[in-house]
Amino acid sequence: MAKKTIELIVNGDHYEVAIDPWRTLAEVLREDLRLTGTKIGCNQGDCGACTVIVDGRTVSSCLTLAVECHHREITTIEGLAKSPQELHPLQQAFIDKGAVQCGFCTGGMILSAKHLLDRNPNPDEEQIRKGLSGNLCRCTGYNKIVEAIGHASRQMASCKEG
Amino acid sequence: MAMPHFTLHQPSSLEEALDLMSRHRASMKVLAGGTDLVPKMRAGAIQVEHLISLNRLPGMNRISYLDDDGLVIGCGARLSEVGANAEVRRYYPALAHACSVMATTQIRNMGTVAGNLVNAAPSADTAAPLLAYKASVVLVERGGRRQVPLEKFFEGPGKCAIEHLELLEAIRVPVPLDRSGSCYERLSARSQVDIAGVGVAGFLALDMEGKILAARLALAAVAPTPVRCAECEALLTGHEPSPDLIARAAAAAVRSARPIDDVRATAGYRRAMVHVLAKRVLETCLSQAQGGAR
Repeated sequence: MAKKTIELIVNGDHYEVAIDPWRTLAEVLREDLRLTGTKIGCNQGDCGACTVIVDGRTVSSCLTLAVECHHREITTIEGLAKSPQELHPLQQAFIDKGAVQCGFCTGGMILSAKHLLDRNPNPDEEQIRKGLSGNLCRCTGYNKIVEAIGHASRQMASCKEG
Repeated sequence: MAMPHFTLHQPSSLEEALDLMSRHRASMKVLAGGTDLVPKMRAGAIQVEHLISLNRLPGMNRISYLDDDGLVIGCGARLSEVGANAEVRRYYPALAHACSVMATTQIRNMGTVAGNLVNAAPSADTAAPLLAYKASVVLVERGGRRQVPLEKFFEGPGKCAIEHLELLEAIRVPVPLDRSGSCYERLSARSQVDIAGVGVAGFLALDMEGKILAARLALAAVAPTPVRCAECEALLTGHEPSPDLIARAAAAAVRSARPIDDVRATAGYRRAMVHVLAKRVLETCLSQAQGGAR
């Protein structure tokens, strides 16, 4: 069975890869592009560790066939910071508020939070919790994560005003 | 388990998709969102040699509403798109609600309403509201199309009236009547993410005098398939709405349920909750209908 050659646009960079059609986006991101910030946890769409943004929407990359993403724009956790010196406000807030413990869920959490803030820049606690309902964390108990996202949304709002 | 090795086909027209399905009939599956299919393939529950993706078919994502024609949902329309669509939210709030609360954000961004129906889970969240709205599905094969009322579509857990070489092309939902209201309520153990333990959808329309012109109630996760509640609907239709009538109708709805005990809820709890949710749903439908919203 022949490999298919596709072009992925990941974090603004174009990659041409020849892949087997049964490989998932999560596998290709990690193994071919070496973007290992995308984690594979449950590998069945429950845990959210593999969350990436495809054409503006979060998806479970473990359930997405990579060949179906030909020419689509993908954002992974590696693509969020403006530069190596300046983290995205969500990333900085996760550090500042102690929302990272083992870190396995963090990339997916931050991308789900970005998806939420892109649609609702000023969410309340309940909306934040709903926005994270597809991401499991087994360390933090979620409180610090919720706090960090609220903090980031206020930081981003004040940046806009300032 | 590892994913089976298959050939992926990405047809760019409906005709090509139907030809591919026919050519590889013995070992093919159709892929839309993949949220049910991919885990099943990986678990070895489904054998596939040819996977036929619908994701490049033109127009498959459409969600269109016309005042004469009602709503058409293409087979590729994602749950999140349907749930966020302004006309779906305005005219079909029970469906919009179901599409917004089921599963997770990621799954709603991938999964389709069509896939939710074809998967034919007794707990399918979109099925109950679509039954209450009297939706139909358009099934297409190389020989032609047929339209099947959703009421006649579900046959058992995981079983529906689609033939192996048929594709669910679109879902059609009639225009809601004037002076009508609709609502969907679900309960699940975790409240987010997990599969519904009980779901109840309702639709009520009133006539000029305020009597009930049309009543439909549908249940999810409490029978081998999503079901309509004929006895409850008959009790309501043609009558002046009152708290007593709604209470009797909610009690009648329980008699359409045939629940089982499973990990999500016991049969007894499900029966009790059908009663509670049916009452709430009917009250909400009535107040919307009386408010003149449609």
